Amino acid sequence: MIALALPATTTEEGFIAPTIEDTHYPNIFPWGGEYGVLLEPGFGKQMLLMILSVVLIATFFLIASRRNQLVPGKLQFLGESAYGFVRNSIGKDIIGGRDFLKYVPWLFTVFFFVLVNNIFGAIPLLQVPTFSHPGSAYAIAAIFFVLWVGIGLKKHGLRYLKLAVVPAGVPWPILIIVVPIEIISNFIVRPVTHSLRLFATMLAGHLIVTLAGSAIAYMVGTGSILLQGTSVLVLIGFVAMYMLEALIMVLQAYVFTLLAAIYIEGALHADAH
Amino acid sequence: MLNAAIMAAEEGSNPLIPNLWELLVTVVGFAVLLFIVIKYVMPAFEKTFAERTEAIEGGIAKAEAAQAEANAALDEYKQQLTEARTEANRIREEARAEGAQILADLKAKAAAESARITEQAQVQIDAERQTALVSLRAEVGTLATDLASRIVGESLADDDRSSRVVDRFLSDLETSSQSAGAIR
Repeated sequence: MIALALPATTTEEGFIAPTIEDTHYPNIFPWGGEYGVLLEPGFGKQMLLMILSVVLIATFFLIASRRNQLVPGKLQFLGESAYGFVRNSIGKDIIGGRDFLKYVPWLFTVFFFVLVNNIFGAIPLLQVPTFSHPGSAYAIAAIFFVLWVGIGLKKHGLRYLKLAVVPAGVPWPILIIVVPIEIISNFIVRPVTHSLRLFATMLAGHLIVTLAGSAIAYMVGTGSILLQGTSVLVLIGFVAMYMLEALIMVLQAYVFTLLAAIYIEGALHADAH
Repeated sequence: MLNAAIMAAEEGSNPLIPNLWELLVTVVGFAVLLFIVIKYVMPAFEKTFAERTEAIEGGIAKAEAAQAEANAALDEYKQQLTEARTEANRIREEARAEGAQILADLKAKAAAESARITEQAQVQIDAERQTALVSLRAEVGTLATDLASRIVGESLADDDRSSRVVDRFLSDLETSSQSAGAIR
């Protein structure tokens, strides 16, 4: 990130803040995909990290669950705690009932998928939260949009569409206003916010880290004692933001999973709402 | 790629436009992970959870059964103890009664025995008296005739003489009875 920022600062006069383009790395392979371009074929660092996250999560949980013993070892205990957290704190508490187990793998997968990919942003050298690219955030939110709409349709049939948009016990003149609002809220705003919330927080955090880093690099590079001294303050702020960002990374993974569970629950019990 | 980059830069690329390849990688990555979780991770964890629950509940049930058994055994022991105490009391009472009975029996037997002995002695005494009477009756006649003949053989008039004769007779009688006793 510093290396990326340096050319920008040296070719222009004064400090040029890194743009969103600068938060992305050169492609690993020469035919790399471009950020912000819909159909550019390629394979970039972001995709590599995505695959790495799948490998890491799968490996960890496969090993942790391989030797299942009644009295767990350290690794098994860790795996069980992680699984039990999503299973009970999110799946059981939100969805509840007898059939929450059916949706636990979805919640479990998405929680650790998002968590590990977010944490990548806090690990030096990896240093990019994968969901700061909109494609991944759209994809993951779309998967869950399809899932909960599918659950609703399967459970209630086509009546689900009516249940989802027509609140019970509202007089018909008000329904004229309420129904469009409900349609927009449930079927447009929900998936969009679901993805943008994750994407925007990750991108913003990543930008702040990048900005602070390039600012420090610029200030140290000016040769001015004053600016070099001031860069210490930036560094302190940078570390604080870094910590905050790490917290947000975990929090966003939780929020994403929690919302997914709430949407699934809403679809399952559409007739009760 | 360079062209695209330049174009993107010129257009001031919109950060909200996704790259479809990234989208694809994300969907495929999620699908692969989901498959692994559904196929391997979740069944393993759920199995462990179920086994653990069963082990704990089984343990609790076992402990409850053991507790119930212990309680039953305790009750049984208590009852047995009570029974044993009652039994002991009963036996003691019985023994006391029996002892009293035995004592009474013995007393009665002793009394009877003593009565029998007394009676026997009485009978014996009577028999001996009878014998004595019989032998006395047999001897008295002889003695009387003997004495009478001696008195007659001597002079009956002399009182001193007769008294002497009587005395001599009596002493004879004593010695003869003594010798008779010795012989007997």
